Formats: sequence, C-alpha cells, structure tokens
Amino acid sequence: MTGENHSVAVEVKSLDKQFGNIHAVRDVSFSVKHGEVLGFLGPNGAGKSTTMKMITGFLEPTAGTVIVNGHDVTIDPIKVKSSIGYLPEGAPSYGEMTVLSFLRFIAEIRGFSGSEMDERISSVVAKINLEAVLGQTIETLSKGFKRRVGMAQTIIHDPDVLIMDEPTDGLDPNQKHEVRSLIKEMAEKKAIIISTHILEEVDAICSRAIIITSGQLLFDGTPSELRSKSEKNDIDDAFRIITTEHYQKQGEVAHS
Amino acid sequence: MNNVIAIMKRELYGYFSTPVAYVFIVVFLFLTGIFTFYLGAFYERAQADLEPFFRFHPWLYLFLIPAIAMRLWSEERKSGTIELLMTLPISIGEAVCGKFLAAWCFTGIAIVLTFPIWITVNYLGNPDNTVIFASYLGSFLMAGGFLAIGSCISAITKSQVIAFVISVVICFLFVLSGFPLVLDFFQGWAPPVIVDAVASFSFLTHFDSIKKGVIDLRDLIYFGVLIVFWLYANVIVIDSRKAS
Repeated sequence: MTGENHSVAVEVKSLDKQFGNIHAVRDVSFSVKHGEVLGFLGPNGAGKSTTMKMITGFLEPTAGTVIVNGHDVTIDPIKVKSSIGYLPEGAPSYGEMTVLSFLRFIAEIRGFSGSEMDERISSVVAKINLEAVLGQTIETLSKGFKRRVGMAQTIIHDPDVLIMDEPTDGLDPNQKHEVRSLIKEMAEKKAIIISTHILEEVDAICSRAIIITSGQLLFDGTPSELRSKSEKNDIDDAFRIITTEHYQKQGEVAHS
Repeated sequence: MNNVIAIMKRELYGYFSTPVAYVFIVVFLFLTGIFTFYLGAFYERAQADLEPFFRFHPWLYLFLIPAIAMRLWSEERKSGTIELLMTLPISIGEAVCGKFLAAWCFTGIAIVLTFPIWITVNYLGNPDNTVIFASYLGSFLMAGGFLAIGSCISAITKSQVIAFVISVVICFLFVLSGFPLVLDFFQGWAPPVIVDAVASFSFLTHFDSIKKGVIDLRDLIYFGVLIVFWLYANVIVIDSRKAS
C-alpha cells in the first residue's frame, strides 16, 4: 500500500475550472505528502471549495489532472474516492437518519460489514464522542454535533487522504479546539488538506500553507515562510499583503 | 451490487422515517377505493373481476408517482448531500439504480397493500385470478415506467415542485400518446411510421393488453426498455452536472 510516510499522496497538476464565463480556478498546481497538513487559504470565492470538489471527484476539471495515491481522479474516480475522506462545506448529512444508521450506511458503502463494521463504528464514535446522540436523528442535533457526525463519516474508513472544507467554521472555541486536536492526532500518517479562514489555525496545525485568490495560486510554503512576508512577522498581515497585492495588480492591468 | 443495496436501504429508510410513506400509502389506498367503487361501479357491474380497480391506476399514478419520485435527486441537490453521496466510492449508475429500486419497492408495497380488494372479489364471486395477477404485474411495471421518468426529471432541478410538474406533464404525454390529443399533433405532417411509433409509446395501450390477462413479451419489453432508457438519461443528467 501507499501508507509509507512522506510519499506524495495528492498531486494537483495545472488544474483549471470554468463555469461558463467565470474562471473559478486557474492553472493551480501543488502536492501534498503523507504526514503533511496543508492549510488551504484564500478569501471567500477564491476557488478553494471548487478545487477541493475537483480533487474529490465531485466536479470535473476543465483542464489539468489530480492524482491521488497514483490514481487519476478522472480515469479511476472510484479508487480515488475510496482512499479519500471528504468533509464537504457545512458537513451535509441525511437529516432524517439517526446518527447510528447514518454511520452504518457510510460504513456499508465503504465496504465494511458484520463485526468489522461494528468495530469501525464504535471506534469512531468513541474517538469523536458521539455515544450520547447515537439514537438521535441528525436534524435534531446542534451544529457542533452535526459537524462531529460529518467528521465521523469522513474518517470511518481510516482514509489515507483527508480533505476538509472549513471543518471548524461556525463552531464554538471548545469545539474548534477538539477538531484541531483530532486533526493533529491523525496528521502523522495521513495527508490532510483543510481550508480555513482562521489564520491562527494555520499556525496551530498546518505544516504547510497555500493561498489562492481569484482562482490563482499566490503562495506555497511553510507557515513561518508565510509569516516572514510581513514586516511585523504576523500571519494575518502576511495574508493581507499577498491577497491585496494581487487585487492591486489586477486593478492596474484593468486600468492600463 | 452491495452499493446498490446500501443506497436502496437508505432511500427506503428515508421514505419510512418521514410522513411521506404513510401519507402516500393512505392516499393511494383511499383513492383506489373511491375510484373502484364509485367511478368504476364495482358492485353495479356485478362482474367478478378487478377491471374497475385497475382501470384507474394510470390516472392515479400520473399524480402520485411523480410525488414519490420528485424527492429522489432534487432533495439531495437542495440539501447538499449530493456532494456527500457522489464523493463516496460508488458509480453514478449504482446510485441511480439504488434510488430507483427503493422507490419502486415502495410503490410495490403500496400496490400489495390493496390485497383486500382481491380477497373481496374472490369472496363475492369466482374471478379469473390469473388475469388479476397479470394486471397487478402490469400495474407494477407501469409504476416503474412512471418512476424512471420522475427520477430522471428530479435530477435536473433543485426544486421538488418543478420536478413534480414537469414529470406529470411528461407522464401525461406517455399515458395519452395513443390518443387523438397527442396523435393529431403528428398526423398532419409525420409519416405513418412515426405516428404508429408514437401511438405505441402509450402506457395505456400496453397496460390494457396486460390487463386483459395476456402477458405479451412485447409489453414487458416496452416497460423494460422505457425504464432503462430513462434511468440511463438520469445517469447522463447527473454526470453532466459534474462538468458544469
């Protein structure tokens, strides 16, 4: 298997996506190794979610490829999807189902059955503290619990690659802390991509960060490299410098 | 195959954990009863058969089946769960089949629950039970045809209301395609081959012949091809959304 540490897990090559007139992602390339946590940063509407949707095979790229553990997502989507755990933005799930039946459904699709399925579910339930709500329907849960159910769904098959779209968005500080420690815990063996607006998160859990704005990759480096872009050695400041510089350049091009 | 069953189970769970299933079954049984006894004059005819019962099935299905099918994909689109579903390691075909089979299974349950009328007619007289069996089979197949259309249409839109309305219209054309209302439209200009072809699309024509107790292979093939065609279109619709 490809569980070997530090081998390339996800390779994004010149990815491009156009929705009609809107050029959402422009020639984006990067790669993520096992043992890396990649923070995916950028203003709203920058193309972060679109890129993640293409990596996970939900959207088809207009051009470019995504290779996950040696499999091309457009040629062999099922293989790619089996090795990825994906938490879509807002952690959608089937509201009318109970937590347990939802997790059983996911486990079944992920190819588990019998006692192995029970083991998987109980281990993930213990890890994410879902015991108290197992029999409740998902629509009756609080936002924090809904997000946890989404996390449980994401890691139930112990995937090699984790992709999470704003996993901490809208959670209270304690819940954010929980999610972060969970990600840290898993970081050693997996390749993880998370998108976030919270820049302190990058410092807390990411080993690398990339910034995209208007669909273009503007920065790819470690959090400390990112911080050094700012005179104040501040990550927020660095983010602002990189993204606004881009907008200014675009403005100049538009005016000339 | 396991994936199809998993999707199917989840979908059936969806029907029965919300009031949809119960409302549908009650309304279906209630309306079949009314149609059979009042409009169909079940007693007054004094004949031991279920013709007045089956006669109204196409018309009931015309409104009830799109109501079942409309949620199949529209709801997934609206709630965003389609992103979850389509990033699981399943093919689009498996998802389409699983959902369709769940809806068909559910309709089958509703049809089976009309069994008291079969018992009643046997109690009152000596009906030809093979004809009744054939009619049940025909009704179930026809329901599958309506469902496949509804499923495909629901994949096009986020709005269940739009899915419902468009499905009803398309199903209506299929029910009536053997009738002057539709045929007159073609008669003026189209060659007779096309007019005949359109006429042969009619749900009513095929259901009527099965209803008489003759299970003709051609009628079975008709419904089979119809279902496969619309489910295939369903797969294409979902696949094309990936690229847009």
